[in-house]
Amino acid sequence: MMLNIHNLSNTVASKPILKGLSLTLNAGEIHAIMGPNGAGKSTLAYTLGGRPGYEVTGGTVDFDGQDLLAMAPHERAAAGLFLGFQYPVEIPGVSNVQFLREALNAQRRARGEAPLSGGEFLKLAKEKAGLLRFDMDMLKRPVNVGFSGGEKKRAEMVQMGILDPKLAILDETDSGLDIDALRIVGEGINTIMRKPDRAVLLITHYQRLLDYVTPDFVHVLAGGRIVKSGGPELAHQLESEGYEAVAA
Amino acid sequence: MTVATLPTRKDEAFRYADVGALETLWPLALQQIHVPAGASDVLSIVADSSGPEAREIEIVLDEGAQFDLRVLNIAGAYGRIAVTVTLGKGARFHLGAAQLAGGDQTLEVVTEVIHAEPDAVSTQVVRSVLAGHATGTYLGKVAVARGANGSDGSQSIRAMLLDRTATANARPELEIFADDVKCAHGCAVGELDPQGLFYLESRGLPPAEAKKLMLQAFIAEAFVGAADEDALTEAALNALGALI
Repeated sequence: MMLNIHNLSNTVASKPILKGLSLTLNAGEIHAIMGPNGAGKSTLAYTLGGRPGYEVTGGTVDFDGQDLLAMAPHERAAAGLFLGFQYPVEIPGVSNVQFLREALNAQRRARGEAPLSGGEFLKLAKEKAGLLRFDMDMLKRPVNVGFSGGEKKRAEMVQMGILDPKLAILDETDSGLDIDALRIVGEGINTIMRKPDRAVLLITHYQRLLDYVTPDFVHVLAGGRIVKSGGPELAHQLESEGYEAVAA
Repeated sequence: MTVATLPTRKDEAFRYADVGALETLWPLALQQIHVPAGASDVLSIVADSSGPEAREIEIVLDEGAQFDLRVLNIAGAYGRIAVTVTLGKGARFHLGAAQLAGGDQTLEVVTEVIHAEPDAVSTQVVRSVLAGHATGTYLGKVAVARGANGSDGSQSIRAMLLDRTATANARPELEIFADDVKCAHGCAVGELDPQGLFYLESRGLPPAEAKKLMLQAFIAEAFVGAADEDALTEAALNALGALI
């Protein structure tokens, strides 16, 4: 089992959001979580990532045999968790290359692996950027500064490729993407993460990303819990009938 | 030549000074620099004594002269760099300063830039990172004399507080007696963006490394284009590492 969320509850600014959410992902699986605005989708992503202010009030999360909730955000990353942000943050004055090399080497040190040299890292970065047709020159620019919405999301996928996680939680990675970028990101997810020892939790509003990345399971999140689960056909049903009809 | 009387905190230029520490250093030797017409010069000061340290510098730039002053203020207990610059016609002066303080350190950069004649340009960039109970101060006056038309003076002053218990004082000041001048100042005191920190940590950087990465760019702005940019930046990063 890659991820086992059991009865997870939390509060954000003292307000309960997740209310006993349970979900299990096995290695090799791609799960999609869909749900209306305010259901708690982004809260689930941030809580699993360990963002300050997202206070867990009950439940457990086991990640590949470890207690995820006991770990600091950087330890979760080193353990193999990647959180794709809905709104990637701009860091002026710090280049993508420097940031990602330091981040990857911090993860490698934490796992007892030797850090990559500058040359080794650039080779890796070039390969992963190529997969997503992302210009190497953009990787030399400051993190997300001046990037369009679509470029930020593609940059997130390049980061994912370089950091090579076991589990990716992608929070609305499809928002702000035009059709070409959507296809590239979808192919990126398939190439990087569609493997027997990997898993993905895709959080999305819409069915359209699922045309490119076919999930093994689809879940409906409403009122802080999973209210319905099914196969890929559930996404189509949601798209045609709406959340209210399906989740009721 | 020395600066005569020990000042008190009633003296504006010493308002935030550690007068007790200053007394042990008094009287200060005045360092005088004169750049003749058309010539250019540079000076980098790394104030990193373990004890208190204070400097008084007077720079006179003749017509068309240029001066590039860089300061890394990381003195142990108290560090003061006071500079008075007089600009001749068309002279150019640049100050890039970074101050990094923690514990009970008091650091200050005090400047008076006098545009005595027309068409001179002065730029000042000061970046402070303050932790613990440290105090970091910038007091800077740009004075444009009567008739010094075409003067251009700018001050960009920013401080980052790593703890709520640290103090930043920033007072950019303009005194203008000419009509046709361009003077700008920007001044901001802030804290590290928690969203940015979480973003960096979520990629695997431990909190201290994430902070250091975010502050590195902030400090680097003080040393951009310096003759010894790399050495200054490296010394600043080492001091930063000790602070976080």
